[in-house]
Amino acid sequence: MAAEAGARHGIGAAVKDAAGTGLLALGLSIPIIAYRTDQTMSNQLVLSERWGLVAVLVLMAFAARLIYLLAPSIKFQRKPVAAITAEEGASPLRRAVALVGLALLFAYPFLTIALVGRAGAIKWVDNFAIQILIYVMLGWGLNIVVGLAGLLDLGYVAFYAIGAYAFALLSTHYDLGFWVCLPIAGILAAFWGVLLGFPVLRLRGDYLAIVTLAFGEIIRLVAINWVDLTRGYAGISGVPRVSFFGLPFEESEDGFAAFFGLEYSSIHRTVFQFYVILAMVAVTYFVTVRLRRLPIGRAWEALREDEVACRALGINTTNTKLTAFSLGAMFGGFAGAFYVASRGQGFVTPESFTFSESALILAIVVLGGMGSQFGVAIAAVVLIGGTELLRELDWLKRVFGPDFEPTQYRLLLFGLAMVLVMIWKPRGLISTRMPTVFLRRRRAIRGDLVGEGHG
Amino acid sequence: MEYFIQQLINGVTLGSIYGLIAIGYTMVFGIIGMVNFAHGDVFMLSSFIALMLLLVFTQIFGLGFLAVALFIVLILSMLLTSLWSWAIERLAYRPLRGSFRLAPLISAIGMSIFLSNMVQVAQGPRNKPAPTTLTGVINFGDGTDFVITLSHKQILIVAVTAVLLLAFWYVVQKTPIGRAQRACEQDRRMAALLGVDVNRTISITFIMGAALAAVAGLLFMIYYGVVHFNDGFIPGVKAFTAAVLGGIGSLPGAVLGGLLIGLVEALWSAYFSTDYKDVATFSILVITLVFMPSGLLGRPDVEKV
Repeated sequence: MAAEAGARHGIGAAVKDAAGTGLLALGLSIPIIAYRTDQTMSNQLVLSERWGLVAVLVLMAFAARLIYLLAPSIKFQRKPVAAITAEEGASPLRRAVALVGLALLFAYPFLTIALVGRAGAIKWVDNFAIQILIYVMLGWGLNIVVGLAGLLDLGYVAFYAIGAYAFALLSTHYDLGFWVCLPIAGILAAFWGVLLGFPVLRLRGDYLAIVTLAFGEIIRLVAINWVDLTRGYAGISGVPRVSFFGLPFEESEDGFAAFFGLEYSSIHRTVFQFYVILAMVAVTYFVTVRLRRLPIGRAWEALREDEVACRALGINTTNTKLTAFSLGAMFGGFAGAFYVASRGQGFVTPESFTFSESALILAIVVLGGMGSQFGVAIAAVVLIGGTELLRELDWLKRVFGPDFEPTQYRLLLFGLAMVLVMIWKPRGLISTRMPTVFLRRRRAIRGDLVGEGHG
Repeated sequence: MEYFIQQLINGVTLGSIYGLIAIGYTMVFGIIGMVNFAHGDVFMLSSFIALMLLLVFTQIFGLGFLAVALFIVLILSMLLTSLWSWAIERLAYRPLRGSFRLAPLISAIGMSIFLSNMVQVAQGPRNKPAPTTLTGVINFGDGTDFVITLSHKQILIVAVTAVLLLAFWYVVQKTPIGRAQRACEQDRRMAALLGVDVNRTISITFIMGAALAAVAGLLFMIYYGVVHFNDGFIPGVKAFTAAVLGGIGSLPGAVLGGLLIGLVEALWSAYFSTDYKDVATFSILVITLVFMPSGLLGRPDVEKV
């Protein structure tokens, strides 16, 4: 309404409205921004004023509101979209683009080595590619539960933690390697998925979300407090890293480099890890895509659309929900084991499995567009890659002074992005869905028409 | 025995704080059917606001009289926290009304992450020790074997909570604002047809919830003497548990649930182990939702086709 007023009454009203926004920003800044508390040696707090910063924030709020009011083209408008959009054509162009994309993905480690050299490539492969791929895998795992079966799970990180701890405990107690523990970690996580799934089957909607959140927290609190088993906050260290099917990546006689007659370099391990997680992600993708076409996958989606109708048609909703829960959990468990063996540097603590991690994975699924595999992958790249890129913004220090640390704004921006994307595109970035059953022609369906599940 | 009574007193004190936060959850859930995930962080923010206002008044304005300072801080902190809550509702929730079901929840989770990180960036990640206030205690049964200690803080917390709850109950039951809220809770569309300004009523609900959370924030700061940017999550979930246990949507239920959760936490810490006290609360949440989803005083939710 305020926007219309701006357009109707011209600049004057818009300036007035924006001034109101500035005033609001001023009110919100008192006292949390306007003063800074510092601790003295005697553990007392002293205040220092920051009214300059408040002025900057107020001006920014004023300017942002004014631009929003006076530039109608950038407003969040929802264009009327046809309910059923274009037919999915397996057009040669699309296929070519997909092939080139896949080829680039496969060549990625070697491309980065060629571009920035071995030392620089570790960062780009490990911090970016491997981390993003772990989140793609977690996103797709959770997508089975949230996107396909329509069960909102806020405690998904519990299964990630179970996979990680299963691998860490098995390997340190029984001296097992990564490749033996990987399937066991997945199976254990799936088992816990069934165990935690059972009591919550009766719940729906927000209640289910809160109970899964409580489960996630209970698992983390047990990991913190059961010191005899998990060593609490100290964590478990010395877990074996990913090996080349038994050959460790070490600078020794029986290491990977010596076996193949290569010169030892730490990039070998990173590149191999990249291909391992790429393979795991591919498995997740194909399992999900194939399952969607099987009766169980159709049952998941039917459950999401209408649970009561499902029951009336004789679908066993208990089994359907439990399989979704346990399959999602299994992929989380795989990702957890891989995380410890790769990016975790063979070290696992409860700190890696906080609620914000669950929120991050859920955000990837929802922002990408629930149920859309491609959308989830894009969201993982944007969210993880984007926040990771903040680490690269050292030049900002020259603008804002040496105290400016861009990485501390990572989660701040991330939270804000979640809110803004919800307002802008509540159905996620990719808001069309491809049905697996269709009459004559296969056509994409608008996201608004897809059910979102009751539980 | 005196140990047990002592723990009961601690539990009631803690429970009063949870009850105040729980009302914010239960009112918002009752009126728009949404778990306001950011409410715990609004509470955390309010404890920071209270701490900083107290410092401003004592250090910059040199207000020496503590009771007056605390009273002014309480009023201002309620106002500023309400402003935050109003702005959050306006920015993050109102545009999503009528959108798909998960959208407000996701938006609220985003807001919760934003708030805790904003406080972290603005004030630093360390614990903030509050200036010590109200150190006095009253001992009952001095000289006998049966000594029970009641600190001035605990008396203040329980008294403030009781007075506020009475005022709040009066507003909801006896004033036009409260009537509009109850109407919106029963049927939002019908209330709108009968001339209730639904958006305004929802805004007022958020403001009232935040004002009570601000009281809880000040009391929390006084009681524990320390605030931290991550303090919103766990008390938030506990207060939500209280709201669920009492029956979500029910105001007396929220207070009852808060007291029960406070008692369970105090007694659990006293007789079992402090390590698992949060596990105990979360287990109560799970058990209540699974076996008694309508809580102690709530209305059962009937499934409609």
